[in-house]
Amino acid sequence: MNALAARRRHPAAIAVLLLLGLLVTGGAYSFLAPKDANAAATTVAADDVAKGKDLFIANCASCHGVAAQGTKSGPSLVGVGAASVDFQVGTGRMPLAGPNIQAPQNKVKFDDTQIAALAAYVASLGPGPSVPEDKYTTVIQPGTPENNKAIAEGGQIFRVNCAMCHNFAGAGGALTRGKFAPALEGTTPKHIYEAMVTGPQSMPVFNDMNLTPEAKQKVISYLKAQENETNVGGLTLGNLGPVSEGLFAWVFALGILIGCAVWLGKKAA
Amino acid sequence: MSTINETRPADALRAGDRQADERASSTKPLGGIAGWMDDRLGGAKGVSFLAKKVFPDHWSFMLGEIAMYSMIVCLLTGAFLTFWFVPSATQVVYDGSYVPLQGVTMSDAYRSTLAISFDIRGGLLIRQIHHWAALIFVVSVFVHMARVFFTGAFRKPREINWVFGTILSLLACVEGFAGYSLPDDLLSGTGIRAMNGFMQSAPIIGSYMSYFIFGGAFPGEAIIPRLYSAHVLLIPAILVGLFTAHILLVFLHKHTQFPGPGRTNKNVVGYPLLPVYIAKAGGFFFIVFGVIALISAVVTINPIWAYGPYDPSPITAGSQPDWYMGFADGALRLLPGFLEFVSWGNFTWSMNIFPGSLVLLPVMWTIIGAYPFVESWVTGDKREHHLLDRPRNAPTRTAIGIAGISMYVVLFLAAGNDLMAIKLHLSINDITQTLRVLFFVAPPVAFWITKRICLSLQRADRQKVLHGRETGTIWRYADGRFEEVHAPLTPEERWVLVQHESREPLQLTSAKDANGVDSPIARKEQLRAKFSNFYFRDRVAPPTPSELEAAHHEHDHGSAPDGAHEAIEAAGAGRERETIKADKQLD
Repeated sequence: MNALAARRRHPAAIAVLLLLGLLVTGGAYSFLAPKDANAAATTVAADDVAKGKDLFIANCASCHGVAAQGTKSGPSLVGVGAASVDFQVGTGRMPLAGPNIQAPQNKVKFDDTQIAALAAYVASLGPGPSVPEDKYTTVIQPGTPENNKAIAEGGQIFRVNCAMCHNFAGAGGALTRGKFAPALEGTTPKHIYEAMVTGPQSMPVFNDMNLTPEAKQKVISYLKAQENETNVGGLTLGNLGPVSEGLFAWVFALGILIGCAVWLGKKAA
Repeated sequence: MSTINETRPADALRAGDRQADERASSTKPLGGIAGWMDDRLGGAKGVSFLAKKVFPDHWSFMLGEIAMYSMIVCLLTGAFLTFWFVPSATQVVYDGSYVPLQGVTMSDAYRSTLAISFDIRGGLLIRQIHHWAALIFVVSVFVHMARVFFTGAFRKPREINWVFGTILSLLACVEGFAGYSLPDDLLSGTGIRAMNGFMQSAPIIGSYMSYFIFGGAFPGEAIIPRLYSAHVLLIPAILVGLFTAHILLVFLHKHTQFPGPGRTNKNVVGYPLLPVYIAKAGGFFFIVFGVIALISAVVTINPIWAYGPYDPSPITAGSQPDWYMGFADGALRLLPGFLEFVSWGNFTWSMNIFPGSLVLLPVMWTIIGAYPFVESWVTGDKREHHLLDRPRNAPTRTAIGIAGISMYVVLFLAAGNDLMAIKLHLSINDITQTLRVLFFVAPPVAFWITKRICLSLQRADRQKVLHGRETGTIWRYADGRFEEVHAPLTPEERWVLVQHESREPLQLTSAKDANGVDSPIARKEQLRAKFSNFYFRDRVAPPTPSELEAAHHEHDHGSAPDGAHEAIEAAGAGRERETIKADKQLD
């Protein structure tokens, strides 16, 4: 009998087996998961648009078409504007790693000058929203009564327009058929602004007619103020509402209390 | 000495009486404060009765205690919260210390809850203790209920106490929901909005009911004060009263106990309340309070400041009730929209909401409350039971319980379908469809699997009694045969496995009386026989003493474990054998 068989009834055997199984599955997944097609542009052009076009042909054209006119696998990019490119590429959503219901946030593949070049190229195809000015993406800091009021207003705008999908704390929420509104924590003010102005994926467009740039700035400032608040109550459990609280009560609170009851039940009288 | 004060014969007669009186009061066994109290209140007898009351020991008997203690924690912290909470829908402008809400118009209820959370010393901790204790209260009520159900502790004479407990669990949920609705934040206001919708879904009377309860159109200013009265006065009073009756009945009936040697239907084996259980239960109160306080100190619950004030226009993703109302929310999420229809001109029947909102709760709790009576009718068992069933020995009941729980869990999961969708990267539509199917499929499957598991456990018990416990030690005989050594059970171990009775289905004797006339009760009895057959058809009888004897003789020419009785030793002694441990077999 070999050593392995001798230990198959060891109390730790099942734990080791599970661990092994998880390791193998995880390892196999990391090999089989779709990877980025890494085709870096080699040509360096003086002109931003020309450079952007090269990058576009190398990285985007397979889905969006060589003239960005769109194909069966990707929409036309004529008129989406620089803001859209800056958002999609700047958050790593594009280029897409593999066909998916919704482009998830991912590692960013290009540096800022490359993204700017791509944006310049796409912007040259037709008029669209441009990358926002810094003054609207500057976060209003709490402190003065005026600023506090602006932040509170941003909260009201957020609850009326955004919370139904993104959740009260910006923790994200589910949409139909596997689509989702992503969590907003950690997103840069510029990207939040661009998302509002371009309406990526399932998100509606909040143009300057229904939400002024100042209002957008207030929403961003509210989100950042909320992010920077101390979690006065302790662990937030993901800010997901009563579901995670209920789960916690059933698993941890009941678990601990039953543990105590068993311990006390075993105590000699 | 004057003649007036001279002792008269009548006084002399009474002199001894006074002494007897004095003697009687001075020989009381109680001294000090206890004696003083007893002289005035006469409680010694009752206290001594309670102090000598014997309780059996088992951790699962403490689940009800967790419920009791978390309820007490709720009462204590709730009283603290009433000092500052203002149950009013009056609109005010917030100027407290939470920056992201400064200058926002909100109700006084929300403002005061924010004040409790941010501006009152210790307020947030007490609020969190109150809320966590409420969640844990309902959790422990349900787990306690499951323990009572699966061990058959609801049988005669405890049916009334089961009904009390059922009402208590419903009240606990209603009480929790009322409390959840009070702070008037976005989430609780959404809950009230949903409640309004539920009432309106009632055919014909719906809109009237809504106007009646809200004192006008939704949201109005009346609902928060009304919920407050219900939450702090009405429901707690009923809850505490009923709970007292619940615990008094436990004293009256005596506590049930798990079967074991020396434990019968006529005794209780355990320790007296004083000093053992006073110490254990008293200590457990502090453990429960401590655990709740610890959780409340480190984990946020219901961050009302993040939700913002209630306003009928916004809504947040992930709007759910607290967990105990989750199953009703889940039922609403599963009910398909096409059930709503319009008839008689433009009268709308909201059958996509009505069954999940107004019908589900009363139906579910009625079924739970009625179960002991149904079971005793089906089984025809009218005897008193103070010994608990091991769940495996009542396979049909256990399976019914698990089937019911699986139905509940499906509804419960449905309430979190959106969060499952994001966290597991699934489609919310697929989850909902799957759960719709599972609602109908899961209970029968769970029933069947549970019953089979119970029966196999009974069979395993039977095997264990007849052949002993498998030791994992293999004997090899000279002729090359292998056999595993079985260690016999001690009589104490065996008793637990054989003590239960295995009931046979009730038989219908005859549908006709002696004269061949159809018996008037035959139809009812036929139905009962059918149900009884359903309950007891599949059964594994515990081994009888003669079977046990026969099994021992069978072992005489089988293996010979150490510690077996003499006959086995004698028979096995002549054999040449070699012991090897299983793990050395292939070396």
